[in-house]
Amino acid sequence: MKQINTRPSFSKAVLIITMMILFLIVNLASGELNYHHPDNAGNDELKKDSVESVNAFMQVYKVLMSPRCMNCHPSGDIPLQGDDSHIHTMEPKRGTDGKGLYAMKCMNCHQSANVPGAHTPPGNPNWHMPPADMKMIFEGRTPRQLARQLVDPNQNGHKDTKALLEHAHDGLVLAAWDPGEGRSLPPMSHEDFAKAWNRWINLGAFAPPADAK
Amino acid sequence: MISLNVNKKAYQLDADPNMPLLWAIRDIVGLTGTKYGCGVAQCGACVVHLNGEAVRSCVTPLSRAAGQEVVTIEGLSENNNHPLQLAWKELDVPQCGYCHSGQLMSAAVLLRENSTPTDQDIDDAMAGNICRCGTYSRIRKAIHKAAELQKQGR
Repeated sequence: MKQINTRPSFSKAVLIITMMILFLIVNLASGELNYHHPDNAGNDELKKDSVESVNAFMQVYKVLMSPRCMNCHPSGDIPLQGDDSHIHTMEPKRGTDGKGLYAMKCMNCHQSANVPGAHTPPGNPNWHMPPADMKMIFEGRTPRQLARQLVDPNQNGHKDTKALLEHAHDGLVLAAWDPGEGRSLPPMSHEDFAKAWNRWINLGAFAPPADAK
Repeated sequence: MISLNVNKKAYQLDADPNMPLLWAIRDIVGLTGTKYGCGVAQCGACVVHLNGEAVRSCVTPLSRAAGQEVVTIEGLSENNNHPLQLAWKELDVPQCGYCHSGQLMSAAVLLRENSTPTDQDIDDAMAGNICRCGTYSRIRKAIHKAAELQKQGR
C-alpha cells in the first residue's frame, strides 16, 4: 500500500522539475529574442536600470542636439544650416513629405554624395526632413521631452523598439559622421553613439528627470 | 561613354561621370542658354529640369543625368511660347537677363505643380533664384500672368 502512495509523489516531482526546466528555457529564449540586435550579442543588459538608462540617454542627447542631427529636425518648417544652426539660406520649406516644395526640393541641390569643397551642399541618396504630419522636432526639446518623444510611435515615425535600435545605423543618421568639408562632427564617434543608444533603449528607455540638461 | 537625353535629343558623351551636368550641357552639347553663376548651388542661374525637377546643374554630376531626361531653357517650349516666356516678354521682366533662364525653369516647375500660385507659393518656389538686378517684383507679376495664360490654354 505504501508503494502505491509513493509513486504519485515521485511522478509529481518529475513533473514539477520538467516544468521548471521548460520555464527556464522559454524565459531564456524570449530574452534572446528581445535582445537580438548585433550590438547586444552576448551582453548582460537584460535588466531595466533607470539610472544607467538615463546616463546613456544624456550621451545620446548630446549627439541629437548637435548641428549634424538637429539641423534637419528644426522647430519650424525650414531646415537649419552650419555649425551655428542658422536658418538655411534661400529658406527651402519642408513640404508635405519633408522633401521640399516646387523648385526647392532637397535633392535639387543635395546630391547622393557630398559636393567637393568647403560648405558646399552635403549629400545623401535619401536627403530629406521629417514629413509635415510628424515633424520629429529636436530643436528646443529638453532631454526628458526628447526621450519621451523618441519612444512614442505616434511621434517617432511609427518605430517600435526593434526599428528604433536599427535606426542608429540608418544611412541618413550615418551621414552625420560624413558631413562634408567645413562642418564639425557630432561630439562622439558613431560607434560610441550606437552603444549609448542601444544601452538607453535596452535598459528601459527611461526619460531623464524634468530638470536634466 | 555617357548617354544623355537633352531636349528630346540623344547624345553620347565621352566625359568624366563626375563632370557637372552644366559643363556637359554648355561645353559639350553646346547649349549655352543655361548659365554658370556660383558653382555651388547657391544662386539658381544653372537650373535645368532633370526628369521634370528643377536641379542645379552646377553641382549635379553627369552620372546622375545619365539615361535621364534633361530639359534646358532651349527646350522649355517648341517656339518660345511657354506661358512663362510669353508673360516674361509681355512684362519686360529681365534687366541684364543672366539669371532668367534659371528663373524660368524654376517657375515652370511651380506652375506645373500649382496652376494658381499665391504670392507665398511664388516665394516658396523662387527664393533660391537670385537676381542681382532685383527684378523680383516683375518676376512675381509675370508668374501670376503666366498662370492666367496657362488657364486660358495658351
